[in-house]
Amino acid sequence: MSPLLTDVLILVAKIFLIVNGLLMAAAYLVYFERKISAWIQNRIGPNRVGPLGLFQSFADVFKLLMKEDIIPAMADKKFHFIAPIISIGVAMAVYAVIPFGDSFFIGDKEVFMTVAPGINIGLLFVLAMSSVGVYGITLAGWSSNNKYSLLGGLRSAAQMISYELSMGLSLIGVLMIAGSLNLTDIVHAQSGGKWNIFLQPIAFIIFLVASFAETNRTPFDLPEAEPELVGGYHTEYSGMKFGVFFLAEYANMVTASAMMVLLFLGGWEMPFLYEQLALPVGSPILAAVQFGVFAAKLVPILFFFIWVRWSIPRFRYDQLMNLGWKVMLPLALANILVTGVVMVLLKHFGFIN
Amino acid sequence: MNVEKNTEKNRLNFWERIYLPEIARGLGLTFKQMLKPKMTRQYPEEKWEPTGSYRGRPVLVLEEDGERCVACSLCSRVCPALAIEVQAGETTKEKERYPVKFEINMLRCIYCGFCEEVCPEEAIIMSKDYELIFTNQEDAILGKDKLLIPIAQLQDRLEFLRQYR
Repeated sequence: MSPLLTDVLILVAKIFLIVNGLLMAAAYLVYFERKISAWIQNRIGPNRVGPLGLFQSFADVFKLLMKEDIIPAMADKKFHFIAPIISIGVAMAVYAVIPFGDSFFIGDKEVFMTVAPGINIGLLFVLAMSSVGVYGITLAGWSSNNKYSLLGGLRSAAQMISYELSMGLSLIGVLMIAGSLNLTDIVHAQSGGKWNIFLQPIAFIIFLVASFAETNRTPFDLPEAEPELVGGYHTEYSGMKFGVFFLAEYANMVTASAMMVLLFLGGWEMPFLYEQLALPVGSPILAAVQFGVFAAKLVPILFFFIWVRWSIPRFRYDQLMNLGWKVMLPLALANILVTGVVMVLLKHFGFIN
Repeated sequence: MNVEKNTEKNRLNFWERIYLPEIARGLGLTFKQMLKPKMTRQYPEEKWEPTGSYRGRPVLVLEEDGERCVACSLCSRVCPALAIEVQAGETTKEKERYPVKFEINMLRCIYCGFCEEVCPEEAIIMSKDYELIFTNQEDAILGKDKLLIPIAQLQDRLEFLRQYR
């Protein structure tokens, strides 16, 4: 096989794995969302479809596929069709730059654990893509020709823009420590237990809260607030188009959790573990272990997302805006300032170079 | 009114105002809930057994020598939903009257129990049956064949009526 063909095949295989893995993860997140909400409410949750109800999500998706796809009479059909595609497309595009581990070698062929390896604007790409995600929701709200949808779309636009600022600013401290936008480099900068959650606790909290807002999860799920907006931007969507929005929401949740793991929890870095295992650098087993560590850090955060959703009531809209602009933005700016001052001082006294 | 008295700033102290400790408390509460025993009843397999006070489907009491009902039509009169239809007939038995036709339209029945209350013979009573499934309107009109239930199965309700009526 020519080297080009090999590269293309590996790329296609990786994309296939990530797209399918992400959809499966989203499907099972829905299942766990229902299970955990049930446990919190002293119920059992889905347990009929398959053992322990494990195939419930597939039954749901099958139902959505079988349902009639209704487009409102006065809707803007083009945008009504495009909006869910933007949502899911953007949610998946982010995974082009998210690394799941170090590269490994098959023979002398280096295989990277990310679709687009070595991209030096990885973090910017993720932030940019999550901003494009708002188009999907806003277009959905606008094209539906429904006042509730429009309100949901507008809310989502305002909310996402407000929280994106503090989200982006909270990451600057991390960037100052790592000195790179490449996600792999950021993870490597946290090796040996120097996780950013310990160095940047305020930034972590800001990022956590902002990612709740960015993924439209409770307590910031105003764009789809059921009691006020009858479902918000997806009121006029039915069948699999609604399902696609649903999947995109959960895919975004996985993205936000993955970003938290990579930026604040040291990605696949784990002190002592790799020294104990003593696996050769570049072996596929090491990469698999790294992926396992990554996943093990991802799961508690996903659980936290679900846990918070079923514990905390929705914010009022003015509270949401107050929190975003008057609390989190100044706090993020102050965090940058303090990080900068401390770094200059440490450099001056020779603790870091 | 002094609007500065009851502001968020005055009501809440600093830790309450920054939300996070209170949110952590709330999360702790829900986490404790997760570990508690579950309330779910697995319905089709695990059924609820109502007590005698339960007002389910109205039925006619069937004794060893036939139904108690004497077709006085009081239940039919009192029924607010006009669900009951009775046609009387004569027999040579001691009671002399019996219902030739006794029909309850279960789509109309509101389970108020007035028929039971008004019945002088304690012949129509509310049962424990809460699983009523019909696939068309004709099936929902229950005739004597479905309404007559042996007295042995209705002891709980009769005991309840004896005690509390």
